[in-house]
Amino acid sequence: MKAPVLTAGTETSRDHATKAPLPSAARRKGKSKSDGFWPWLFVVPTVVGIGVFYLWPMVQTFYYSFTKWGVFGGAKFIGLDNYTRMLADSSIPQSILNTLIYTAIVLLGIPAAVILASLIERPGMRFASLYRTLYFIPYVTMPAAVGIVWRLIYNGDFGPINWFLSLFGIHGPYWTSTPGFALLAVATVGLWMSLGFNLLIISAGLREIPRELFEAAEMDGASRIRQFFSITVPLLTPSIFFVTIVTVISGFQLFDLLYVMMGKANLAMPQTQSLVYIFYNQAFLQNDKGYAAAIGILILAIIALLTAFQFRIQKRWVNYV
Amino acid sequence: MSESTLAATARAESVPVGELAPNPSSARAHMPDAKSRSGKQGSNTVAHIVLGIGGLVMVSPLLYQIVMSLSTNTEVQSTPPTLWPSVIQWHNFADVFGSMNFGSQLWVTVAITVLRVIGQVLLCSMAGYAFARMRFRFKGPLLALVLSIIMVPSQLFLIPQYQIIQNLGWLNSIAGIVAPGIFSAFGLFLMRQFFMGLPDELEDAARLDGANPFQVFFRVMLPLAANGLWALVVITVLWSWNDLLWPLVVTSTANAAPLSVGLSNLQGEHSNNYPILMAASLMAMAPILIMFLLMQKRVMAGIGRSGLK
Repeated sequence: MKAPVLTAGTETSRDHATKAPLPSAARRKGKSKSDGFWPWLFVVPTVVGIGVFYLWPMVQTFYYSFTKWGVFGGAKFIGLDNYTRMLADSSIPQSILNTLIYTAIVLLGIPAAVILASLIERPGMRFASLYRTLYFIPYVTMPAAVGIVWRLIYNGDFGPINWFLSLFGIHGPYWTSTPGFALLAVATVGLWMSLGFNLLIISAGLREIPRELFEAAEMDGASRIRQFFSITVPLLTPSIFFVTIVTVISGFQLFDLLYVMMGKANLAMPQTQSLVYIFYNQAFLQNDKGYAAAIGILILAIIALLTAFQFRIQKRWVNYV
Repeated sequence: MSESTLAATARAESVPVGELAPNPSSARAHMPDAKSRSGKQGSNTVAHIVLGIGGLVMVSPLLYQIVMSLSTNTEVQSTPPTLWPSVIQWHNFADVFGSMNFGSQLWVTVAITVLRVIGQVLLCSMAGYAFARMRFRFKGPLLALVLSIIMVPSQLFLIPQYQIIQNLGWLNSIAGIVAPGIFSAFGLFLMRQFFMGLPDELEDAARLDGANPFQVFFRVMLPLAANGLWALVVITVLWSWNDLLWPLVVTSTANAAPLSVGLSNLQGEHSNNYPILMAASLMAMAPILIMFLLMQKRVMAGIGRSGLK
């Protein structure tokens, strides 16, 4: 008998807290249905700007994907030709595969972040904020600038990586200009840049786990390893899910690092390029904007599908407390 | 309004990632458990070794960059790698200005960042406020329409945006780089969420005192949203400063380009003068790195709260 009353009580108070504007809104509703012209002064600049620069362009891109662009401008409607051309274009599946490999490598940063976060967020851990800073620094660096540094680090003749490998008698490749190795090199930098973000989100999730759970487990004699797999990881799944979604979406947006670390003239580019790179190349270097628009639609479709898929399977592994 | 009240209002609101509690240790220090656990120094040593080595690996590319920016080109290309230059070559930093359009590109980068921050802070907070706390016709559908673009990748806007800028004659201009980016559906959403979590009383009191909605917004509500504004500023600064694809598309001359574009185009021309390249890229990243180191908590909280760059 008591329980429902209690629940109802908390419900109303929560309602009151979150929907605080309600009472006054209801009061004003008596006078008029809206706040007059004032709201429009607040929203019109943004709504018009977003309409002009984002909403209408989206509609235009859909239309462009059915057109062929002449050399001197002017778009001709060609139906589904760009899409059938895409099916026959072998660089498309190659670039999707490249993007998947890139994303898979960057996703390795998530288990790494879970382990690092569980170490940093230990109660009474010294230097915790120093560690947070160190790991987060790469995330705020400019990809164009840091890509140049990494290109030097990967240099085949005198880069420190190949020097290090030579200590073990390994003759390192020309990383950024050899197919296969180039993608690995770029993805490693992607992992390096995103680790701090993953760590930030997962640390925040970790701090929400009630300490009592660990205390109880410790009293029951569970080892730290056991606590990690039985408490930390399961209760972190919502955060892990979130960073997975973000990593996959940004993986399919790969452009900056690829462009800067490899360069337009790189002969390994065809085997390494991402969908966004093909889009850029077609739209602004080849000036084939109709085909580029169709590739844009493909990118949207893939991201939407992958995200929907992840939301679908989340209930199999994500625990919401 | 005190800082703590602001923090409380921010926390009351259910932001997904939430207040990132930049100093959890202070909160946890009161727990009796903390002492007994930190007493286990043995196992924490391993943690420190792992975290220390990992942290060193994370910053080592930047340390390498600093050393190389102070070396001669011969030292950069020597094996084993130079650990410290025999004579520190400070002039490399000055030489950057002579060998690329660093000065003008820095100016473009600063200008686009400042203009986008001002534009977004003003526009997103005003629109976010109206969508959160005012009533007008078509509010729901309008909001749904605006927010529908948040998950859409930028490639779907890029070609028509380029045409607009081209038709305005804004290619190779700061206005052209800035224009689409002063509007942000994501920023609007962020600010709307923030304003929805604020209490009613102050707004009502100001209204009873005869303040018009502009005065209520600028004098009462905007200062209350400081934490949300900080998050917006942080992500806008980071994104504007580092952004490559859009400026690459709308600029074709070295003078009009921001640093991101300038650096990425250096690969051909100056690819052999490594110390200059390292010095240039270091100077391009330095303002953001310094900003981050000075305000780590705000930056991390801002990024955590917004979820995405």
